[in-house]
Amino acid sequence: MSRLKFSFLLFLILLWGSESTAEEEKEANEEFTEALLLRPLPDRKVLAHFHFQSSAPPTQTYGRHHYIFPKSIYQLVHKFHIREMELSFTQGRWNYERWGGFDPISSSNAKPPGVELWADFDVPQNQVDDSWKNLTHALSGLFCASINFLEHSTSYSATQWSFQSSSSGKLRYGTLPREAVCTENLTPWLKLLPCRDKAGLSSLMDRPSIYRGYYHSQRLHLKSDEFDTSKISSSGIVLEQTLTVVLQPNTFSGKKLQPSWSLSSLFGRKVTGKCSLSNSSNVYVQFQQNLVSEENESREKSEAQKNEILIHEGSHNNPLFALSHPPKRVIKEVENFQKEGSILYEYSVEDYDEYGPFELGLRWKVPVIWSCQQAPLHASRFLLGSGNERGAIAISMKSTRSNDIEIAGLDDEKACSLRVGIFQVVPWYVKVYYHTLEVFLDGESQATMDNIEKIHVSPSEDKVSPGVMEIVLRLPCSVKTAALTLEFDKGFLHIDEYPPDANQGFDIPSAVVHFADFVANMSFEDNLSKEIPILSKLQEKIPVRSYTEVLLVPLTTPDFSMPYNVITMTCTIFALYFGSLLNALRRRRGEEERLLKGKGAEKGPLSLLLSRLSAKLRGKQWEPPKPSSSSSKKSSVNYKLVAKVVLVAGIAIVWQFYYQ
Amino acid sequence: MEEKTKAGSKRTKLGFWKWAIASIVLRLILSYFSKYLNLSSRPEVSTPLTSLRRLAEGYWLKQLSISPYSGSMYHGSPLLLSILGPLTAKKIEGHASHLLCSLVSVIADFISAILIRATGHILVTAHGHSLKALGLDKLFKDTVEILPSGDIAALVYLWNPFTIISCIGFNTSPIENLFVILSLYGASAGLVPLAAFGWVIASHLSLYPLVLVIPVIFLLGYGLDAPPRKLFVQSNLLVGEERSKDQVGVKNKPIKTTNFAWRRVVLFFFWATIWITYVLILCAISMKDYGGLAEMFKRTYGFTLTVKDLSPNIGVLWYFFAEVFDFFRNFFVIVFHVNILFMILPLAIRLNHRPCFLVFVYLAISSMLKSYPSVGDSALYLSLLVLFVNELSEMKLSFFLFCGYVGVSLLSPVMHNLWIWRGTGNANFYFATAMAYASFQIILVVESVSAMLNYDRKIRKLCTTPL
Repeated sequence: MSRLKFSFLLFLILLWGSESTAEEEKEANEEFTEALLLRPLPDRKVLAHFHFQSSAPPTQTYGRHHYIFPKSIYQLVHKFHIREMELSFTQGRWNYERWGGFDPISSSNAKPPGVELWADFDVPQNQVDDSWKNLTHALSGLFCASINFLEHSTSYSATQWSFQSSSSGKLRYGTLPREAVCTENLTPWLKLLPCRDKAGLSSLMDRPSIYRGYYHSQRLHLKSDEFDTSKISSSGIVLEQTLTVVLQPNTFSGKKLQPSWSLSSLFGRKVTGKCSLSNSSNVYVQFQQNLVSEENESREKSEAQKNEILIHEGSHNNPLFALSHPPKRVIKEVENFQKEGSILYEYSVEDYDEYGPFELGLRWKVPVIWSCQQAPLHASRFLLGSGNERGAIAISMKSTRSNDIEIAGLDDEKACSLRVGIFQVVPWYVKVYYHTLEVFLDGESQATMDNIEKIHVSPSEDKVSPGVMEIVLRLPCSVKTAALTLEFDKGFLHIDEYPPDANQGFDIPSAVVHFADFVANMSFEDNLSKEIPILSKLQEKIPVRSYTEVLLVPLTTPDFSMPYNVITMTCTIFALYFGSLLNALRRRRGEEERLLKGKGAEKGPLSLLLSRLSAKLRGKQWEPPKPSSSSSKKSSVNYKLVAKVVLVAGIAIVWQFYYQ
Repeated sequence: MEEKTKAGSKRTKLGFWKWAIASIVLRLILSYFSKYLNLSSRPEVSTPLTSLRRLAEGYWLKQLSISPYSGSMYHGSPLLLSILGPLTAKKIEGHASHLLCSLVSVIADFISAILIRATGHILVTAHGHSLKALGLDKLFKDTVEILPSGDIAALVYLWNPFTIISCIGFNTSPIENLFVILSLYGASAGLVPLAAFGWVIASHLSLYPLVLVIPVIFLLGYGLDAPPRKLFVQSNLLVGEERSKDQVGVKNKPIKTTNFAWRRVVLFFFWATIWITYVLILCAISMKDYGGLAEMFKRTYGFTLTVKDLSPNIGVLWYFFAEVFDFFRNFFVIVFHVNILFMILPLAIRLNHRPCFLVFVYLAISSMLKSYPSVGDSALYLSLLVLFVNELSEMKLSFFLFCGYVGVSLLSPVMHNLWIWRGTGNANFYFATAMAYASFQIILVVESVSAMLNYDRKIRKLCTTPL
């Protein structure tokens, strides 16, 4: 019914819109762009970041049929009224210390191991959970992953404000830390691309070379404002797919020199031209501007001078390295006091084809060292305590070296402070005592509430919901280390609730640490770069965010092999209690004596009856009499027993004969 | 346990106060060092219902204006939360100090001991009176002297290691025990409002004392523990026939005791209703913003009855429900709880002339079958057992039981350590000690009940033989 209404409304809107926005309609079209960003990393590795973006214009103006935009995603958005969604599959852990923690790629593409999914819905509050459950099932089918495990209310949580600042209480967040990620997840992801991996930059994705890397994270980000009625000009659905891999170039170039690489040596394939459906197809190579050759450093030549050389030369030939092709364009980041900028060399693959494939190479001329931009604090998380009864979670944050200078520059008029947000989801079987929250600054315990600016806790409920802690700490800038500890008790599960490998332990999903005062964005000098999605993405102002480690908590296991024994033995105890107590209460000594006395008198008629019965039996059968006659001499109790046995045997024999 | 107390009976007569104060001092010393003893997280000591650590969590949540019952941490009463909560939050010199809380439990223990002593005195005098009424007092005085069971029971309560551990282990069971004893004392001293208050608060705190309504009614209706009323009637008739010629007035006195005092029972129910409404109103006020009374009932009594928490304790239900198939879970929950209720009627019929002893039996049964038992419950019924040293002097297997209790209380922590901390044992080791403990409790209950019945038989025999 609602769909009918909706389509009718749509029809009306279309009628109305067809006249007024006739020109705009032509303008708004489906778009697809692809880009690849390559960046050498200080520890002799190379970061490759594939970025594909497809967008569909709003349904109101464009209609429901698309030729580029994947239908499955479009249906997903419309069925579950998704405002924003992000799904990531990650294997390996982003090394924040070496690969950087302050740039847009590490803030938005470094993801926790396993699957992470969050979605913001545009449905009434009471339908959000249902939409989430259905969405997990749909995604599970779409991506061949066990995302449907996120359906249960113990595995997802509603975040208030810490995860996404613009959340309206309709955001749900769930992670599966133990999900193994492999090609079976990548293939459906590639299917969403118009050229799959047959043409364009995605043809570089040779499975063995991608999965050989130290880190790979495939991500799907969806944003739609189709359902936002307040907005007049909606931009439709934007689907952003990224694949971030950290690879080790396997060319050896001496001990000191950074390894030189080319696209074919990294991926084992070459780019044979762009995907013909894409609007732009670019490859970027990014260098940090603070590249310093080791010799120069030893001579203590000023860094700024070095940078100048780099920037001024601005070409593929400079004293430090050589690129195999001259770049189409050089994009420089505007330097600001917060951080040193980087420089991008742009290449377009449009002019290349099968006969002359695009092959980019980088060769280092002199040994260089540089360091990546670090987040103000480096966060790590670990468990305290031993044994399977209780423990504590500690999140420790270490100041990165360059930190205090930068922050001092940032806001020195205020009392210098550093705001750190922590968002942590803990499964219910780790029963956290939130009142034991303790904050340590430089190793000294603090009165907890002094440093907490904002806190929101929703404690875990057994078998219903996980515990969620959202907290914003305000730390002084001069802090060297900060730590946060929380005590917990380990829960005990029912035997059916343990996974098949119960003794491996249980995973606590990564905590998210974000620095609201710091934005990780690049700002480029020319305005042209805003038209290219990957560059506009890099310029987007997002808070610096990092994920901590996944924790492995071993839980005690019961004996899985003996439920029957436990049931029977416990029931025996209960029977013992019931029987013996009732017996003690029932017993009356006087009556017992009377009964004993009376037994002798009662013996006569009873034995008579039994003998009569036995005689009857004897008359009918010729077998039983022997034992019955012999037993008649014994005591009455024994006699009765034997008579019963004989009766049963006799019936059995009769039965046997009857059927023969 | 009996042996010890009997041996020390002569001493206790001399220096009850000395020993009581010594035990209090010991508690204070131990509670000062309780940080190192780490008793608060022992499964034997604190259960999900009684743990003060959970109470502190509930209080903390309440301070953040979240329902204290949100999350599955706190399952106690909201009243306890508002009384003990501020004490848990107090910090002395940086570290969270539970000293104030343990001070509260030390005081609760002391008051309980005093009340047990008073109850014991009342019982002993009643015992003497009833023997006198039956004309057996001289007969008994020759053979056995009547022990001051109140003093012994109070000292057993104070010096029982179970009580000491639960007192310094940061949990609320000393307070729960206090109200049970208060109710018992009120009923035996004839203070109807006090009895009703104790019963209502005890039931509110831990649900299981609800069954104590039956012995309390008997106490108020029929009076204190005495040999079966039939004997009084018989001996009364016999004595009356003899004496009717010379003394007419004496005849009425013993007969009066056989009448059921309806007035006091009605008064008890009246007071109980008042206290219940009072408690419920207070709870409703404190739960006003967090889902009201329905939420409270669901989170406290619902949690107790459905055995949701499967963490190990000294009972047998946790492992049973961790292993039992989900399909049968509801069935067994009902069966196990009905097992407590099933025995109420037969015991009430058979022991209606001994309401105080009935209190002991009910407490022992519920502490054995309750979903989250702790040693605090055992401490309570063990000291009540000692109230009947005179009657139960011929109890069988008491040394065996004593050894059993000692053995289990030594083995159980070892098995727990092997399973949880070292990982060399497994759950069955610990469960075995829990089963042994349950068996010993069963034997204790059965033996004490049959010893009491035998004692009654003995009295009857003595009453009838002079004929």
